Amino acid sequence: MGRFIFRKVAESLFSIWGVVTIVFFVTRIIGDPATLFVPIGATDAQIAALNHQFGLDLPLWAQYFHYIGGILHGDFGNSFLFNRSAMQVVMERLPATVLLALCAMAAGMTLGCTAGAIAALRKGSMTELVIMTLALLGQATPVFWLGIMLILWFAADLHWLPAGGYGHFSNLVLPCATLAVFVSAAIARLLRSSILDILKEDYIRTARAKGLYPGTIFFWHIARNALIPVATMTAILSGELLGGSVVTETVFGWPGIGRLTIQAIEGNDFPVIQAAVFVEATIFVLINLAVDLQYRLLDPRIGRQR
Amino acid sequence: MKTFFSALIRSRSGLLGFGLVFLFIMVSVLAPWSTLPDPTMVVLPARLMPPDWIGAHPLGTDAVGRDILSRIAYGGRTTLMVAMAAVMLGSVMGTTAGIMSGFMGGLVDQALMRIVDMQLAFPLMMLALLVVAVLGPSTGNVIVVLALTSWTRYARIIRAQVLSLREREFVLSARAVGASSWWIMSRHILPNVLTPALVVATLELARIIIMIAALSFLGLGVQPPAPDWGQILAEGRVYISTAWWVVTFPGLAIVLSVLGINLFGDWLRDYLDPKTWSNR
Repeated sequence: MGRFIFRKVAESLFSIWGVVTIVFFVTRIIGDPATLFVPIGATDAQIAALNHQFGLDLPLWAQYFHYIGGILHGDFGNSFLFNRSAMQVVMERLPATVLLALCAMAAGMTLGCTAGAIAALRKGSMTELVIMTLALLGQATPVFWLGIMLILWFAADLHWLPAGGYGHFSNLVLPCATLAVFVSAAIARLLRSSILDILKEDYIRTARAKGLYPGTIFFWHIARNALIPVATMTAILSGELLGGSVVTETVFGWPGIGRLTIQAIEGNDFPVIQAAVFVEATIFVLINLAVDLQYRLLDPRIGRQR
Repeated sequence: MKTFFSALIRSRSGLLGFGLVFLFIMVSVLAPWSTLPDPTMVVLPARLMPPDWIGAHPLGTDAVGRDILSRIAYGGRTTLMVAMAAVMLGSVMGTTAGIMSGFMGGLVDQALMRIVDMQLAFPLMMLALLVVAVLGPSTGNVIVVLALTSWTRYARIIRAQVLSLREREFVLSARAVGASSWWIMSRHILPNVLTPALVVATLELARIIIMIAALSFLGLGVQPPAPDWGQILAEGRVYISTAWWVVTFPGLAIVLSVLGINLFGDWLRDYLDPKTWSNR
């Protein structure tokens, strides 16, 4: 187990390094940020001074080592746009993204697990057909369009909820519902097929033959096994939501790190792009690491097979 | 072919999916030969006309008087072309990587799987946005970006298949008679992984259509004047409180085509290879 953890952590660090390096070289090709910040008609000397201030006049390899050295000290440089620590700018936007992701995951998981379990246990019924049709539709609906439709109904027509913004509970409802539909559709389909697989297993027949209560069989034998693939899916989805659901945040004007990244890309704000992608990749990798470790706790068979 | 259709007719959802896909392709292909008005024709007096089911603009017009139905049909054409190109590029990249990784093993396998892992540590949308921002938004770049976000899925599944194929008798005997690795990979392994590749490709097509719409919604996809579903949505957002039809119909087009592809893809997966993919 110790060696396994060590290997996984090393792999995770390698992934983060790779992402950071790729982003560094990719952003250096985007364009010349200095030209965006100097007034029109600026002299070459002014541009050179700005490049010097941003450290863009150094050779690429020097910039790279400077940058990696900075990351190791937790320093991503100053944002070109905000003139403050890039990491600080990203961290200020993180709570909004985390809040939205957690609410959407909680709502989506509850809905998705309930729907998926009902669909599997009532296989062949009208209920299953309705649930699965809705889940299929949910998966085929792009989140940004769903967001726009919710704004159309609940904000533009009914005036129940604000179309966007941040700071009040009512601002959270629509973006959270949008993402929750996306999450629950995926979870419901996966949990249903996972339960149906398990219902075929011998130990379920044995448990039934022993005369166990259906409730005991469900929670003790079915749910515990069926949730293993769901755990992986949950991790992938959380990673995606915590990485900032770019389109949802754009549709609802939600000040999270997805929208910040878009703004930074548009404004050639290298340090913020790098800091944001670093944070996103780190969250993603940490969640995957947690899944790999938790797998072995949920299902001891996995460790032994290898 | 006959068994294909007789099996398809027996599955209600498969048939529905096939029907939707067929409709999507037909409308996209036949749009230029239809009587639809030019999707880029600006008619300012006819701006923001509501849907008129039997009139000149069945689905209404947008903020500069362009016909929505026509824009959706031509937008489907754009989407279909970009998506097909991206799926083809992605599947060729992913299949090649998967076969090489699984068959050669060793350092090649290690390196390729590290890249796959690294890419999995990177939110796909972010990757797409970064690359488009670097290369500049254009149709060609969108295709490349989407292929880049897509190849890992083929690579993983095909690698797993190849690992078991590699030990099968026909590969061992090919080796015994002295066939080169290249020969074995192209003549013996490739034909055996085409089925899983086709299944992944169908499901990827649906995901890629949504990504295309999302990218152009953010202004980083297919550039105007070529009409595109995401772009119609983005333009229509401004008039959401006065003109519901502009944002509603292109979204419905996306949902129906993605739903159709998903239904057909699920059916195809079960039809082609019921064993490899456990019940869904």
